[in-house]
Amino acid sequence: MGLLAKLFKRDRARREALVTGEVTPEPQRCVQCGICSYYCPINIDVRRHAWTGEPVIESRCLTCGECVARCPRGVLHFQRIELFDR
Amino acid sequence: MPTRFVIIGAGAAGMAAATTLRSLDSTAEIVVLTDDSYGYYSRPGLAYYLTGEIPERQLFPFSPHELRDMNITLHQGRALAIDPVAHEIALEAGELLSYDRLLLATGSLAAPAELPGAGLEGVVKLDNLEDARRIIAGAQRARAAVVVGGGITALEIAEGLRHRCRNTHYLLRGERYWSNVLDETESAIVEGRLTAEGIRLHRRTELASIEGRDGHVTAVVTKTGERIECGLVAVAIGVQPRVELARSAGLVVDRGVLVDEYFRTSQREVFAAGDVAQVRDPLTGRTVLDTLWSAALDQGRAAASNMAGSATPYIKPPALNVTRLAGLTTTLIGAVGRGRDADLVAIARGDSETWRGTGALTSAISVEDVSEVNRVRMLVGERTLVGAVVMGDQSLSRPLEELVARQVDVSDIRAALLAPGADISGIIGRFWRQWRQHVASQTG
Ligand SMILES: Cc1cc2nc3c(=O)[nH]c(=O)nc-3n(C[C@H](O)[C@H](O)[C@H](O)COP(=O)(O)OP(=O)(O)OC[C@H]3O[C@@H](n4cnc5c(N)ncnc54)[C@H](O)[C@@H]3O)c2cc1C
Repeated sequence: MGLLAKLFKRDRARREALVTGEVTPEPQRCVQCGICSYYCPINIDVRRHAWTGEPVIESRCLTCGECVARCPRGVLHFQRIELFDR
Repeated sequence: MPTRFVIIGAGAAGMAAATTLRSLDSTAEIVVLTDDSYGYYSRPGLAYYLTGEIPERQLFPFSPHELRDMNITLHQGRALAIDPVAHEIALEAGELLSYDRLLLATGSLAAPAELPGAGLEGVVKLDNLEDARRIIAGAQRARAAVVVGGGITALEIAEGLRHRCRNTHYLLRGERYWSNVLDETESAIVEGRLTAEGIRLHRRTELASIEGRDGHVTAVVTKTGERIECGLVAVAIGVQPRVELARSAGLVVDRGVLVDEYFRTSQREVFAAGDVAQVRDPLTGRTVLDTLWSAALDQGRAAASNMAGSATPYIKPPALNVTRLAGLTTTLIGAVGRGRDADLVAIARGDSETWRGTGALTSAISVEDVSEVNRVRMLVGERTLVGAVVMGDQSLSRPLEELVARQVDVSDIRAALLAPGADISGIIGRFWRQWRQHVASQTG
């Protein structure tokens, strides 16, 4: 994939995450290193979510993806919010 | 009277046990004893402290006031002896701590290097925050550093040192990196990336001695007579469970403290969990040591439930080791190493092959195309998957974890998986989804 196409794809995925995604942890992969919380621009304690297994459903979350991208263990991902299930 | 639980060890197992006990028993007294002056922090996180990705203060998942809110008392001190009859622990400072139920969660320590010069200043290991600080201070002074050891910790130290020290030498005893777990391609991927980071690899190289001047390291000498000048030598050649307390208290100890599937030791009211415990697997009848963070958490929680009175046997899940090797997120599931059954077939796919990208496996959204290198290797038995290694893209990790852990019968897709050029990710993804639906419909 060319660079532009790649960037475009990423951009679209970002927008999609912003609208419909929430950061969801897989606690059994997490070693509580705290990189996620450290790089959160608005100081959400993402690590605590990865300890309890609760998705980050704070309305403050910008879904910027910083924690997802920085986690060295692939603990975090964006999960589609099932709008009709809730 | 509330029950008094004492836990020796404020590591993953000890803290998981303490928080679980609190959630099960709101009135119990919970005391966690630790000889680490920094209390509870993320031990695996030390690797990222060394690389400079996080500052020291970030290593601590719980603040002191959060522990107070949970009414968990962190007690500083070293346990010297346990009297299982009197239900007492003697501390180094001369104090006695009494308990109703005791959990041993004393973890493990790096095996010491046994060669001439190992006692010199500048010879380091990485067990705790104190060690990490020592490595950082040493790297500032040293112009070159040498790292010895074949597993994850050695590699993490090498990467950390590379960020702090111009010349980092990494000595491998054998032909390639972590050869008893990784296959040749995986080793080559890791080695290539380490070299690109500027780490100098020395294959088939073993230490003969460490030289020093005025009590401080100046060089290492290898078994072939090569001399490498350095001011720091880091050794990570395996770990040993801290069993001394248990042994002197008369508990039955093998390589670790032997426990049954309820985490009970040979003494009443004394339990053990985490790196120090050698746990009986009721499925195989064998006892196993697991020196992994996720296992320590699971065991700490399970031991706590049993200490609080439930009798739930622990069924050991297949080993799950999630790590980062030379910048690549890597998951090792189940049995992946050498010495496997000859009946197993290995399927491996790298980036040049078509196993990725047939649509979303889960409802996860992939924002970043995370990794430049992606590889998956699966070990396929007659009817089940017995292990897997996933490097880079982790979207197959969870399906594979579940299929291995639940010993799902994969005979229906076995031939398709083994076909050349098979779309592994599509086959596994569809099969896993169907299996989940099936399980969900059965449990209603
Ligand atoms: C640098 C590094 C990186 C790692 N990376 C990974 C990884 O990527 N993935 C993974 O799965 N695992 C990793 N591990 C292993 C993982 O950290 C351990 O498996 C886990 O910490 C074990 O937890 P534990 O509670 O059993 O023991 P520990 O965490 O070792 O805790 C033991 C506790 O007992 C205390 N203690 C011991 N004896 C006494 C005594 N006599 N008196 C008082 N206190 C005592 C110690 O102070 C400590 O608080 C790593 C380990 C290290 C060192």
